[in-house]
Amino acid sequence: MKPIRILFRSISSAFKSVIRNLSLSVASISCIIITLILVAFAVLLSANINNFTSDIEDDLTMVVFVKKETTDEEIEDLKKNIDAVPNIRDVVYKSKVQIKDEMSKEDETYNRIMSEWKEDENPLKPAFIISVDKIEVMGETANTIMNLEHVDIVKYGKNMVESLVDIFDIVKKVTYVAVIALVFVTAFLISNTIKITIYSRKNEIDIMRLVGTSNMVIKLPFLFEGLFLGIIGSILPVIFTIYGYIFLYDKMGGVMFTKIISLINPYDFVFKVSAVLVVIGAVVGMYGSYKAVRRYLKI
Amino acid sequence: MSFIELQDVYKIYKNGVTAIADMSLKIKKGDFVFVIGHTACGKSTLIKMLYREEKPTKGNVFVGGVNVAKLKNSKVYKLRRKIGIVFQDYKLLPKLTAYENVAFVLESYGYKESEIKPKVIEALTRVGLKEKLRSFPDEMSGGEQQRVCIARAIVNKPKVLVCDEPTGNLDPDTSKEIMKVIDSINKEMGTTIIMATHDRDIVNRMKKRVVVIKEGVIAGDYEKGSYKVDEAH
Repeated sequence: MKPIRILFRSISSAFKSVIRNLSLSVASISCIIITLILVAFAVLLSANINNFTSDIEDDLTMVVFVKKETTDEEIEDLKKNIDAVPNIRDVVYKSKVQIKDEMSKEDETYNRIMSEWKEDENPLKPAFIISVDKIEVMGETANTIMNLEHVDIVKYGKNMVESLVDIFDIVKKVTYVAVIALVFVTAFLISNTIKITIYSRKNEIDIMRLVGTSNMVIKLPFLFEGLFLGIIGSILPVIFTIYGYIFLYDKMGGVMFTKIISLINPYDFVFKVSAVLVVIGAVVGMYGSYKAVRRYLKI
Repeated sequence: MSFIELQDVYKIYKNGVTAIADMSLKIKKGDFVFVIGHTACGKSTLIKMLYREEKPTKGNVFVGGVNVAKLKNSKVYKLRRKIGIVFQDYKLLPKLTAYENVAFVLESYGYKESEIKPKVIEALTRVGLKEKLRSFPDEMSGGEQQRVCIARAIVNKPKVLVCDEPTGNLDPDTSKEIMKVIDSINKEMGTTIIMATHDRDIVNRMKKRVVVIKEGVIAGDYEKGSYKVDEAH
């Protein structure tokens, strides 16, 4: 019971301290709000980038055209050989008849032209539609397949894929670095606030030490104060995330600029991001105050 | 072993000043001891070593069987719970009432509210401040503030009360009243009292044991002694 009593007294003391040093608390909460809003931006952006990167990765396929004179048995062998190449996720074979049918359905002009072809006049080549695990090494996979027997042409959006991968990679890295930097800035601000609180309560801390208060009991209220500042500071960013993202999603019709880049559905997603913000606020608050307590509370 | 015992204690500060040199001293449980000497003679250092605010450079300092010199920093609070400290400048928290100033000690030890109230009222009654429970320090006289400081020191019923010039800021009449309170704590609660003081009248009137410190060493130790000007200065 004693530790629980001490815990509750620490919480109440921390709460009183937040109120007592209101102007200081407001200043640091404001800093936390700004930082967490920026963190929210970065998290929303990087999650969406991850999302449409994987969408694009899922959609990106490689088409392997087979030489015209290849027999069915050879095609069967080729499929086995392609399956054995690393980085292959899925292989679908399409005969020249299937390709003709699909193209006819896709476009009226194709349909008009192709409908005039007799069965043995079909000039199309059979093909394998291949999806890969990692688009970063799609080029290597294509080269390997190109060297297999009976393969005529291997086609994939080489330049587009590579530049997309590069751009997304840079954007992701920048947002990660920004999030980490902002988290440290927040921790530093909280640490400073707690430092000032410690100085303003120096007299009280000295007396507590002298009358035999344990170090833990002296330190706990400051840790809780950091925790409170972090959690209170995360309230506005959470509201901003939930309402801001839902508003943007509705306004933009669930896509960014083009239908290729779809945004993550807000339900569930905004609540997860909000939880992340509260946790970052709380952890960073505690960490900041822990740093200040360790450094400035000489007991 | 005596309740408090110093064995060949040295305290040399980082700036090279020797505050205490080869000091040995024994104090029995329930004793009342005045520590006298001129300013910077080492008496405050001696007092501070008892509650481990200062650590001896060499030697042993035993308080209630615990060697304070070898006590880990993390365990110091346990020692301080057995020692009540009375300061010259009272060290009260200005935003707390007399009651709260005393109660917060027990709160920080984790006592229940129902245990705290009777103990605090008992301590404040003992120092004659039952009527001033709700007064803030700035609404009280110097003597009353010192009584709150004493009440705070004795609320956990410590075995020893260490007083560092408790009457230093008070007029002679108020000093007498404070000494009455401290004397009654010694007699009625059996608390060992060690008091550093400059107050010649008090020492001469009370006829208690007097330890005279001069330049960091014990220059005299008298049962029922008095403040001898030639020794202290």
